[in-house]
Amino acid sequence: MSFRGEARLWIAQRASAAVLALCVSVHLVTIVYAVRSGLSAAEILERTRGSAAWFGFYSLFVLAVTVHAPIGLRSVLGEWAGWRGRSRDFALLLFAALLAWLGMRAVLGVFA
Amino acid sequence: MRQHPSYWAFIVHRVSGVALAAFLPLHFWALGNALQLEDFLRWTQQPLVKLSEWLIVVALAAHLGGGLRVLALEFLPWRDWQKSLAAAAAAFALAVGLAFALAL
Repeated sequence: MSFRGEARLWIAQRASAAVLALCVSVHLVTIVYAVRSGLSAAEILERTRGSAAWFGFYSLFVLAVTVHAPIGLRSVLGEWAGWRGRSRDFALLLFAALLAWLGMRAVLGVFA
Repeated sequence: MRQHPSYWAFIVHRVSGVALAAFLPLHFWALGNALQLEDFLRWTQQPLVKLSEWLIVVALAAHLGGGLRVLALEFLPWRDWQKSLAAAAAAFALAVGLAFALAL
C-alpha cells in the first residue's frame, strides 16, 4: 500500500479509537449496571426496543468498530504472522463487511 | 526491553485487541437472534462461560485503557509519564474487572 494509504489507515484508526473510547466507556457502565440484578433478555429489550438514542449509539459503535478492528488486525497479521500484501487487505475487507453486517443485524435485532 | 512496563502494556493491548476481534462476531450473532436471547442467556450461566465473559470484559477495559495510553503518548507531550500511564491502564482494567465480578 502507498504511503498515503498507510497514513489514511493510521488516521482512521486514531479517529475510530477516539469514538470507541466514548462508546466503550458507556458500554462498560451499561454492562456493570445491567448484570447487577442478573441479565435478562426482557430487561435488555425493554431498554433498547424502539429507542432511537440506543439505536443511534449502537449504530455509531458498530461503525467505529468496523473501521477499528480490521486496521488493528492488519498490523498484528503483518508483524506477528508475516502476512502482508493484497490478500491480507482483501481478507480484512471481508472481515470488516462481516462485522458491519452482523453488527447492524444485532442493532436491528434489539431495536425492532 | 521485556523488563519495561511499556512492553507489557503493548502486549496486553495487542492480545486483548485480538481477543475482542475474535469475540465480536459471536457477540453480534447472539444479539442478532433477539427472539432466542433468553435461551442463550440461560446457556451463559455455566461457570466456564461466566469466566470467559469476565475475561472478555477485562480485555475490553484493558484495551480501552491501553488505547487511551497510546492516544496520550501520540498526541500529548507527556513521554516521561509512560510508566504511570501503563500503571493507570492496568489499574483501570482491574477496577472494571472487580466491578463486573461483584455485580455478577
